[in-house]
Amino acid sequence: MARVQKPKPELTEEERLEEELAEAARLGAGDWEPPPGKAKSFWSSGRRLIGLMHPYRWWLALVFTLGAIGVVLVVLGPKLLGEATNVIVQGFIQQQLPEGATQAQIVDGLRQQGQGDFANMIERMPALQPGQGIDFETLGGILLLVLGVYLVGALFQWLQGFVINRVVQRTVQGLRRDVEDKIHRLPLSYYDRTQRGDLLSRVTNDLDNVSQSVSQTMSQIVIGLLTVIGVLVMMLSINVWLALIALIAVPLTGIILGVVMGPAQGLFKEQWKRTGKLNAIVEEAFTGHALVKVFGREEAVRARFAEENDGVFQASFKAQFISGLVFPLMTFVGNIGYVLVAVAGGLFVAAGQILVGDVQAFIQYSQQFSQNLGQIGQTITMVQSGVASAERVFELLDADDEASDAGGVVPEEGSGRVTFEHVRFSYSPEKPLIEDLSLEVEPGQTVAIVGPTGAGKTTLVNLLMRFYELDGGRITLDGVDTATITRDALRAQTGMVLQDTWLFGGTIRENIAYARPDATEEEIRAAAEATYVDRFVHALPDGYETVIDEEASNLSAGEKQLVTIARAFLAQPSVLILDEATSSVDTRTELLLQHAMAALRTDRTSFVIAHRLSTIRDADLILVMEAGRIVEQGDHDSLVAAEGAYWRLLHAQFEQAATDLDLEEELAETGAIPTQQTT
Amino acid sequence: MLWKLIVRYVKPSWLPLILVVVFQFTQSVLSLMLPTINADIINDGVLAGDTDTIWRLGFLMLGLSLGQVAANILAILFGSRLAMRAGREMRADIFRTVGDYSEQDVQRFGAASLITRNTNDVQQVQMLILMSCTMLLSAPMLAIGGVIMAIRADPTLSWLIAVAVPLMLLVLGIIVSRMVPIFRQLQVRIDAINKVLREQLTGIRVIRAFVQEQREKQRFAVANDNVTDAMLRTGNLFVLMFPIIMLIVEISSISVIWFGAGLVETGELEVGTMMAFLQYLMQILMGILMVTFMTIMIPRAAVSANRIGEVLETEASVVQVEPGQGAAMLTPGTVELQDVVFRYLGADTPVLDGVSLKAEPGETVAIIGSTGAGKTTLVNLIPRLFDATGGRVLVGGADVRDVDAETLWRGLAIVPQRPYLFGGTVASNLRYGNEDASDEQLWRALEIAQAAGFVQQMDGQLEARIAQGGTNVSGGQRQRLSIARALVAEPDVLVFDDSFSALDLTTDARLRAALSEAVGQTTRIVVAQRVSTIVDADRIVVLEAGKVVGTGTHEALLESNETYREIVESQMAVEA
Repeated sequence: MARVQKPKPELTEEERLEEELAEAARLGAGDWEPPPGKAKSFWSSGRRLIGLMHPYRWWLALVFTLGAIGVVLVVLGPKLLGEATNVIVQGFIQQQLPEGATQAQIVDGLRQQGQGDFANMIERMPALQPGQGIDFETLGGILLLVLGVYLVGALFQWLQGFVINRVVQRTVQGLRRDVEDKIHRLPLSYYDRTQRGDLLSRVTNDLDNVSQSVSQTMSQIVIGLLTVIGVLVMMLSINVWLALIALIAVPLTGIILGVVMGPAQGLFKEQWKRTGKLNAIVEEAFTGHALVKVFGREEAVRARFAEENDGVFQASFKAQFISGLVFPLMTFVGNIGYVLVAVAGGLFVAAGQILVGDVQAFIQYSQQFSQNLGQIGQTITMVQSGVASAERVFELLDADDEASDAGGVVPEEGSGRVTFEHVRFSYSPEKPLIEDLSLEVEPGQTVAIVGPTGAGKTTLVNLLMRFYELDGGRITLDGVDTATITRDALRAQTGMVLQDTWLFGGTIRENIAYARPDATEEEIRAAAEATYVDRFVHALPDGYETVIDEEASNLSAGEKQLVTIARAFLAQPSVLILDEATSSVDTRTELLLQHAMAALRTDRTSFVIAHRLSTIRDADLILVMEAGRIVEQGDHDSLVAAEGAYWRLLHAQFEQAATDLDLEEELAETGAIPTQQTT
Repeated sequence: MLWKLIVRYVKPSWLPLILVVVFQFTQSVLSLMLPTINADIINDGVLAGDTDTIWRLGFLMLGLSLGQVAANILAILFGSRLAMRAGREMRADIFRTVGDYSEQDVQRFGAASLITRNTNDVQQVQMLILMSCTMLLSAPMLAIGGVIMAIRADPTLSWLIAVAVPLMLLVLGIIVSRMVPIFRQLQVRIDAINKVLREQLTGIRVIRAFVQEQREKQRFAVANDNVTDAMLRTGNLFVLMFPIIMLIVEISSISVIWFGAGLVETGELEVGTMMAFLQYLMQILMGILMVTFMTIMIPRAAVSANRIGEVLETEASVVQVEPGQGAAMLTPGTVELQDVVFRYLGADTPVLDGVSLKAEPGETVAIIGSTGAGKTTLVNLIPRLFDATGGRVLVGGADVRDVDAETLWRGLAIVPQRPYLFGGTVASNLRYGNEDASDEQLWRALEIAQAAGFVQQMDGQLEARIAQGGTNVSGGQRQRLSIARALVAEPDVLVFDDSFSALDLTTDARLRAALSEAVGQTTRIVVAQRVSTIVDADRIVVLEAGKVVGTGTHEALLESNETYREIVESQMAVEA
């Protein structure tokens, strides 16, 4: 009993509803839910996430082609610019050399002067023309080529990004659609088992997280990977030794990411855990605001808050600091590469193994290389979080669907004759609830279901609506097994007013017309008038166009209930189910409502769950339920005469009221209360 | 508002902020020196064929890099500390401000919204501060430093900067200015789609009962299309940004080489310096790019900052008397309302209009009336959760506005309409108003509240866990526990706001009998819907549309009062 919030199928409908409402209220609160940490099965979920893009595989192929071309072009840039620099350096040196001398003469001359390094460098220069200045024609040609390469490269990168954006957004849109679709296919038992808060978090926060991380990382990863490969190839093509020196960055990057990201992940988790705790304190304090004050607990609550707030500070400071190290450390690695390339490059140039422009190109490449590695490293955290969310979304998508009712029949609208034949049902196998329940209801009858909470009253009507599938036996509507009717057809014939007053964000008119969007203005008005909605709607500034919002404080609980009754009224179903439909309406309004309800019930088979005697007394058939069984059935008079379960229930429930209100006589007349009991 | 908040919460950390600036400056300067040294390596080392110089300058560069990374790490250390501290203080201030709010103020925002503001919104602003300290500060330094170094390296090529930088700013400006409104729109649309999903989950039974799945799917599809549309548009702009910027950077490099070549030939420019110039240009443009990325964060943080500002700038509509400064309560246990008027902010008609009533010590005064008559508002005035807009509310003979809150609340306990339990144990909840209560006291209260039975059956009894909000016990149990909690506080005045509604009549009757026996000396104010709950009251006040239409005992009112008779009759008809 005291264990917390495990899914509790054995709870009664009422209790569960309350739980859910409290939960929902709590959830309205926080969209902040911490993004989940490491994915349980990172790779399989990641693969599946990528698999979602399958329909767009040709587009993805295009993305890779465009991206590859773009990267190749962009990567060529530094190399070409390096050649341009070579031309300049050569021109610069040529100028200083004696005109007419050959390259070999100059090199020999320099060697004899002991300037071996310089000689080596000059020896490497192609087609040296001593005395000449910079070859502007060649230089211009190269630069024009670079310009062209960059222009085309940028164009391809842009195209690549454009296409990938489309693919990602369409994929995420599809995923959202799938999730929403799933909501309508899951059996209600799934909702019973699952905490609504968690479910809400999956369909909102997690879905959001997936969408954000996929759209922000996809392009970066594709470009990043292609660039790293391209740069590597270019570096190797210029000079293998320099490339190897520049590659020192790779293991260093790996070490840094390994060293920093491991603890960072843990610290982030700690940060979110702490934030969650703080959120709980804030939530309690704000939800129980008045209580905190009146019981004089402000100081204590503040102290707890301050402590946890400081905890969040400590945890998030550490997390941010440690994860913040990645960037400077990566820069440092980049700089080490830069220095090494500069020094080694300088020595190589001096040794005549490489040209100055190539060193310049190399510096640019090594920067690009470490920059892209760093970027990929940074996106990894996002990817991890995104995949973890995806996993939670997939779990939802993988839950078993409601049994398919394809091939079900759509019967003619009948008179509303309902039978239960040896019905067996339980929410969980170890706790049987309804065992062998049989029942026959004639068309047009009003059936009242009474009994203590947990007796299975709501379950009974839920089974009729086929919200749950039976474990055994069958229920028929006009002689047809409801299991063979499509759920939609079955439900279209039944109208239901629940204790839970669900209204969606929209106008009052839209809410009344919910079941019949095609209803005319007159029909809506008529339904509203019959159910006393019209009366209070007139007092609202915008009348029927008043928008009911989520935190709707513009309607009282009773008024909301009236709107749901109007909704059922307008639907005009052949079977009507009223589950504690008027519990929040005050008694005087209810008195007025009763006429409308009576009108609604005529010529309609109705099931009524209520605790007010007047409704029960007028019923054609009263079912007394206890622990999933019908222990008694009959009309009011016969059940009172039997002095059985019904009689005891009445006695327990109404004794007090009767005494207080001086109603003994009236009740005694109807036989509800035995006179001798009323003192 | 964003700027104001940042200034306000960063100001106390002025010293760390200065350190952050100093370290960011140091690291910027150091990283700006690297290209110069690289230029020297080429000019003095490579082109002169001097291997020693290459080594020497190489080590110098390495040292500078080390210094740069150290400065950067220190900047991040102080920066993240400063930002997280700002977040902590912001949360603390919001929490304190909301704590001082009256119920009316809380209702105006809604508890859910206040919670989001206290955590989520602060997170946004805090992250912006963090990013500012770690990146935003160094970006302009790099850019400006780059400009200075570039001009120093070669003034003749500097006109290139004068072209490239404004061009880049222009392009980025155009893209960002188009992106920001779409970002805002996107946020609204994401909220909308989440709302649809939330509604579908909460209303799943109704949707199925009325076979409206198709319609819901359509509703969702529209929301989904809207979000996707906004995402596509922001994405399209985003993918445009990077290639264009890279193109500007690359064209600049080409220009440097082309125009630099001429200068090299005439001997006005050294080859190494030209390469350094190239590096500086890159740094300038990268600095600008970083600033741009940051500006994208700003709109979202600004929205959050506004929401935080709303909370902080809302003055509590009830201002409490300083502790120790308040008037004394001379007659504990009395409650009196004198001509009380209450009107919600901006409402035309008052909720309470000239209400007077009086309860002497030990008396039970009941308040009855239909939904919307103002009963809950009335009882909330007693512990001063609201202030009356007219008339006076006296508790213990003193005007509640003159008594300090602690004194007032020590004498009062309320059982709210929607019972709320705190996360913890049964005992921690019961001790909420009286930390020193013994276990016996707790059990006694539980017995009076008719809760001893089920608590005994709970795992751990008094130490049984209670989930936050009390969601792991049923509504009726929650109600009884919250009654017991009020009893443990041993107040002079007990206020029950429709606290018996979830109880069946038998339990209700037993509870009332036990109550009058155990706390007969305590003044009780009872709001009820059921006549049966209040027939024994010393005085019944009949409330109708905010006005008192009758006061008296059950019998007297039944005799003389039309409204009361109507209520009683309606219950007879409905309940019996």
